[in-house]
Amino acid sequence: MNDIIEIKYALDTFYFLMSGVLVMWMAAGFSMLEAGLVRSKNTTEILTKNVALYSIACCMYMVMGYSIMYGGTADLIFPDAWFGNSIGNATTAEVLASGGDTYYSGASDFFFQVVFVATAMSIVSGAVAERMKLWAFLTFAVVMTGFIYPMQGVWSWGGGFLGETVGYSDYAGSGIVHLCGATAALSGVLFLGPRKGKYSADGKVNALPGANMPLAAIGMFILWMGWFGFNGGSELAVSSVESSNNVASVFVNTNAAAAGGLLAALILAQFLYGKADLTMAVNGALAGLVAITADPLSASGGMATFIGAVGGAIVVLSVKFFDSIKIDDPVGAISVHGVVGLWGLLAVTINSDVTVMAQLTGAAVIFAWTFVTSSIVWYILKLAMGIRVSEEQEYEGVDASECGIDAYPEFVSSKS
Amino acid sequence: MQFILETGILTVIYIKQRPQRRLRTMKLITAVIKPFKLDDVREALADIGVQGITVTEVKGFGRQKGHTELYRGAEYVVDFLPKIKLEIAVAQDMVDSIVEAVTKSAATGKIGDGKIFISSLDEVIRIRTGETGEEAV
Repeated sequence: MNDIIEIKYALDTFYFLMSGVLVMWMAAGFSMLEAGLVRSKNTTEILTKNVALYSIACCMYMVMGYSIMYGGTADLIFPDAWFGNSIGNATTAEVLASGGDTYYSGASDFFFQVVFVATAMSIVSGAVAERMKLWAFLTFAVVMTGFIYPMQGVWSWGGGFLGETVGYSDYAGSGIVHLCGATAALSGVLFLGPRKGKYSADGKVNALPGANMPLAAIGMFILWMGWFGFNGGSELAVSSVESSNNVASVFVNTNAAAAGGLLAALILAQFLYGKADLTMAVNGALAGLVAITADPLSASGGMATFIGAVGGAIVVLSVKFFDSIKIDDPVGAISVHGVVGLWGLLAVTINSDVTVMAQLTGAAVIFAWTFVTSSIVWYILKLAMGIRVSEEQEYEGVDASECGIDAYPEFVSSKS
Repeated sequence: MQFILETGILTVIYIKQRPQRRLRTMKLITAVIKPFKLDDVREALADIGVQGITVTEVKGFGRQKGHTELYRGAEYVVDFLPKIKLEIAVAQDMVDSIVEAVTKSAATGKIGDGKIFISSLDEVIRIRTGETGEEAV
């Protein structure tokens, strides 16, 4: 019996760790996707943003974020502990004494959770691309990963009121990760303003095409692959028939939703604009993944495809909508993660007993908290150091002004 | 005395009346063509004995104008089309055959086929040997 407890512990810990590795790999996916969708003169800077924000997330979550989010919350609102971290492993004796209730390493839990906050933060980097000061962004990342994200996280996954009292349900984080990240992005974009030349005075929307379609495509595939860890790992166990069956269903549904989202977006873009837009297809796949993230377990494969497809269709319309109200989002992050994140939360009610009210309440709380706190931080940063590069720096490219490194130095570049 | 004068005058008249060697000037032929026609033009030029050309990638438009493209629902105009520019330095007596060769091999009959410009060349020097003029072409 003891052997079985130990083996299950080992298997579930191993599963946590490998799922965490897959989610960590999503950081590479975001980096490549964003690098492909910005102009060449801004590529180094967005890569620097991505590698740095991942590292900041790891450090801040270790310093305080994990403690806030998973250190317990006695009153369901305020975290019991603010700083330090409770990363600890139970001993063999303790595990056996628990009869298998302690079924995974505490350190593996931290590892699995820290890569989620990095994902939420990287959503912001795409929306503010090509015109934000690097260090202003990284300063925001410190606050977002150390405080803003963990607070709304403790209310839901950490045992707080959203999960316990309201009945909000979010399996892998359509709201907690994606809507949260997109809200912080929206707030930033409102303070930042659109890129120069994006919207003409006569109301025309101008295209500022991305420099590297291959990177965008591989970025999408990396994210797709990493999402198997994002959703699959959120089952939190694999060492029983029930949990492994669940994990398998989650993998199938995750894959199906991405496929449905991509095709829906591709077909809709062809229908609306007369061309098969690769960037829309890529956004569609990610939208499908975001849409199923709130509940990749309950749906059938066909339903998951449908939920993803709706997400893909939404994103095509949402990108156009944001451009029409002059909110400039170079990679479509706010559409993919925010608008579709909300759809994902509501889609949970289709296949389960969760109520629409609970989901809307959760979404509203996450949105309000993140928007208000983010706006305060953006505003302070704007006053203290400025968040936008100068017009000349924007024209030359932020690679030159922020990083001093050309991404494609041997290619003849047209600075436009 | 009179004999020397007459010989001198006759010599001058003889020299002046010899047929003048024709002044061989050099020309620079610049041709802007559609990029996918480059191989055809190169072959045609080789067939008539042209030994060297310089090729540049350029952009431009004449009456062909550009076209509109679409990116995430926003239209944008691509004004300048890619073309290939050839520059050939030749002796004047080759010009006509080259113009004919380029015209035949670069034409598609559709708008945007390009243009040929002919300008005078003051001097040509081969860097390796220092040869000038005809021998350098």
